[in-house]
Amino acid sequence: MQSKKKVGNFRKSIAPTIKEFLFILRRVLKSPLSVAGLVLISYNIVLAVFAPFICPPTPGTSNPYLIPRDQVLGFRIEPTAPSSTHLFGVTRLQIDLLYGCVWGTRFAFQLGLEVIVTTLAIGLILGMISGYYGGFIDEVVMRFTDIILAFPGLILAMAFVAVLARSGWSTLDAAVLSIVLIGWPGYTRLIRGEVLRVRGEDYIEAARASGASDLRIMSRHILPNSIYSVIIVASLDFGSIVLTAAALSFLGLGSQPGTADWGRLIYDGVPFASMGLKYWWTMLYPGAFIVLFTLGWNLLGDALRDVLDPLSRRK
Amino acid sequence: MEEESVVQIKDLYLNFYTYDGVVKALDGISFGIRKGEILGLVGETGSGKSVTSLSVLSIVVPPGRLQKGQIDINIKGKTYDILSLNDATLARVRGKYISMIFQEPRAALNPVYTVGDQISEVYFHHRKAELLDNTIAQLREDLKKASGLRRTIRKADLSLFEKMKNNPKSVSLRLYMKIPLLNRFQNRIKTEARKMIVQILKSLNIPDPARVIDMYPHELSGGMAQRAVIAMSLACNPMMLIADEPTTSLDVTVQAQILLLIKDLQKKIHTSILYVTHDLGVVAETCDRVVVLYAGNVAEIANVFDLYKKPLHPYTQALLESIPRPGHKFVSIRGIVPSLVDPPKGCRFYDRCDYTQEKCLNVEPQLVEVEKDHFVACHLHYGGS
Amino acid sequence: MENLMTVEHLKKYFPVLGGVLRKKVADVRAVDDVSFQIYAGECFGVVGESGCGKTTLGKTLIRLLSPNAGHIFYKIPQEVADAIRALEKDNPKSRSLKYLLREYDHAYISGSRLRKLRRHLQIVYQDPTTSLDPRMLVKDIVSEPVVSQGLIRGSGVIERVLETLQMVGMGEKHLYRYPHEFSGGQRQRIAVARAIITKPEFIILDEPTSSVDVSVRAQLLNMFQDLQRDLGLTYMFISHDLSVVECISDRVAVMYLGKIVEQAKTEEIYKNPMHPYAQALFNSIPIPDPTRRRERAPLSGEPPSPVNPPSGCRFHPRCSLATNTCEHEEPPLVDVGNEHYVACYALSK
Repeated sequence: MQSKKKVGNFRKSIAPTIKEFLFILRRVLKSPLSVAGLVLISYNIVLAVFAPFICPPTPGTSNPYLIPRDQVLGFRIEPTAPSSTHLFGVTRLQIDLLYGCVWGTRFAFQLGLEVIVTTLAIGLILGMISGYYGGFIDEVVMRFTDIILAFPGLILAMAFVAVLARSGWSTLDAAVLSIVLIGWPGYTRLIRGEVLRVRGEDYIEAARASGASDLRIMSRHILPNSIYSVIIVASLDFGSIVLTAAALSFLGLGSQPGTADWGRLIYDGVPFASMGLKYWWTMLYPGAFIVLFTLGWNLLGDALRDVLDPLSRRK
Repeated sequence: MEEESVVQIKDLYLNFYTYDGVVKALDGISFGIRKGEILGLVGETGSGKSVTSLSVLSIVVPPGRLQKGQIDINIKGKTYDILSLNDATLARVRGKYISMIFQEPRAALNPVYTVGDQISEVYFHHRKAELLDNTIAQLREDLKKASGLRRTIRKADLSLFEKMKNNPKSVSLRLYMKIPLLNRFQNRIKTEARKMIVQILKSLNIPDPARVIDMYPHELSGGMAQRAVIAMSLACNPMMLIADEPTTSLDVTVQAQILLLIKDLQKKIHTSILYVTHDLGVVAETCDRVVVLYAGNVAEIANVFDLYKKPLHPYTQALLESIPRPGHKFVSIRGIVPSLVDPPKGCRFYDRCDYTQEKCLNVEPQLVEVEKDHFVACHLHYGGS
Repeated sequence: MENLMTVEHLKKYFPVLGGVLRKKVADVRAVDDVSFQIYAGECFGVVGESGCGKTTLGKTLIRLLSPNAGHIFYKIPQEVADAIRALEKDNPKSRSLKYLLREYDHAYISGSRLRKLRRHLQIVYQDPTTSLDPRMLVKDIVSEPVVSQGLIRGSGVIERVLETLQMVGMGEKHLYRYPHEFSGGQRQRIAVARAIITKPEFIILDEPTSSVDVSVRAQLLNMFQDLQRDLGLTYMFISHDLSVVECISDRVAVMYLGKIVEQAKTEEIYKNPMHPYAQALFNSIPIPDPTRRRERAPLSGEPPSPVNPPSGCRFHPRCSLATNTCEHEEPPLVDVGNEHYVACYALSK
């Protein structure tokens, strides 16, 4: 009896959030560009989720991201054109592009999520503390962000990877860490800005008058009110994070040879690019996958920004 | 159109197309503003008073859209319908014949230009001929006093100004205006404009006008900023001034100053003023006649003395009763304003009124002159059906 | 009448930072040496124009801001208050004084003792749109005081919330909605519910009806009076709307640039204002009766900035009765009989 009421109450307290979510969804669906973005992202998600079914990995391997070798073609350097056995063709050292691109989607999501989650966590904590308490902590954190932001991102990431690789890290892990290292200042600043804005609102003072502790104010009041613009930036960033990772791999500082990573695949195709369109499939397919992925996230980020800004006006 | 009316609003219908539905904000508003009077437009939130004032200048923006209606303005003997004028003509009417002041003075002023720049913008747009005449006259004076090189320069300036007056679009003139050192002759016209602005600021009791001209809006207090806005709006001696709650955001002592100022100005230059407010005290202090709006309809129009002594519409009566009186409990009007998305069929005040008849539910009351110059839209006051 | 709160020589300054190194260059003297008493169960009105410090005063009284100097004695025994005053005069640096201040003087207590007092002192803000968290449900907003202070747990919370909502004229169907779904008047009711849920003793009402419509105003004001009667509340009603203050307050204080210039019972002060500023203020109220239009000269000039207040009596630059003394010495609040206090040299002649 009591539990039934609890479920009913839970549903009631969730209902307004759901209503809001549907409202946003409806607004997003109104613009053709945002629909395109959603379509692209859903396609990518489907590809990532169903990768094991589209391109089954060799049974027995521990790392499905390692592209299986075709026994027939061996280890020849020259790429083979697309055929019935290899739909997208094969790139240098006979790496199957179809497998690579499809599993590359999953790889991109995994990498992107790892980076975004870590960066958001760091940014939220540091930004919140820095914005809420101000003073000395704020100054220190801001100087750190200044230092990192003073360097061009990709260059700094390359430097980090180089240093970490020397200390024995695998280049892939190093790549992830260095993208986090160049990403956290942006989020920290953004969240700090939002926290500063929200901190001056009346309801925060009212919460203090109600006896709320600092932690409660930060988690229950400031966080939900400052998160919207962060979500927009994060979704726009997802695409560029994957792009950065691909860039690092393209420079040889990312994943190991033979990994199903778009950037790595393009890296494998570089020696053949100068030969004109003779080996077009080596660049086209990985490139197309990157473009479709990043474009989808960019469109969605734009659409969200358009929707959420007038929404706050409406409120 | 009424004989003495400067502006006559006829049958104005206006809708707002919002996400929640079509809000029927104005439902057939008709009234006129007479020459030289201060007309109070009273109503609460949602009554449509702000939107009505914006329509007079035809500056209602989407999602608001005009459905039907006419606003006649009488300029130099001829009648024009403001709502049917094109943008170019409207630009000539706004600021010159009708101008408007808003509630937040510092929001109405551009924060990156000085006060003087903004007032002179109005001058340059509407009173350029007069400015040119003054400049030329002043220049002729100076010419007599000059000799030698200075005389030559001034003669050249004079010819440029006369060309500006007679043939403003001439190519040689426009060329001159672009050459860096030669276009300094334009400073003369700016000096003239400055003189005129100092005059106007003085007439508005702004202390030290020469200093205020060069100040930025954020350096001014609320009262001074509102005076600067009034100066801008009166720069061209308009026929009508629309004041949309100009003193609501000001302190009460500053409000008293501004109200006195408005009344003085009105006596001096005979502008008609449409004063939009919800404050019944201000209305009693300032206005000659009053229009009471409720939920998009005109409820009552009367002379201010008649309205306060003998309010006819139940809403007006309730409004006057709700004015706080010490020693009595606070009286409010029961219920809330009806939703304008789905307004009631008959009188919109029906469910808050204590004097309803069956007719009130179905038939919308029309505005009828029940006593001399006292109009009311209420079934209670019509003799018969 | 019993004294609920005694305020003595309260000062609250805000530093003005300037220069390259952002050092303090001046002080905004928002509240400058203010003393008064509030009796239990009354409605104490504070009026004044923008910049006079009334909002700062209210927030300092309930310790949302910490005062720079002065005392706030909230329900402490008379002996303790006397002891503090005596010690301050004789031995300001004594350790026992510091101890007493930390224990009893509401202006200096901190930490858990302050948190315990939060349940008795509450505030209702002017604008209900900004004073309610737009991302919280009504039930969470109203229950926040009891939840964050740990006064009630579990299912008792919802019961108390419902009880409180009923007192302000709202109901169960409003629990699971967001503030933006309500009108201004209803939002203000939610804010009031939040203020009274802990059954406080003293509530600061900071212009609670300025942001709502005229017709809703009366409903809210009636509600305030009913709640005061039913729950035995004491109010400090801050407003610039003089006609409302006249109807709801028992006593009124007029503030100008951080100081109280006049204070008396409501009827007395509205009928017979003595301070020139108070007179000008009450004279400026537009009367809703066209037959009583006053052709009076309004007060000239603008209120000066609280950063650099005029010397002596703060009002002297705009005062028609100003004398030489007024320019150099600040007039103290003097009892002119019938609990009517005025701070003006020109009147004592």
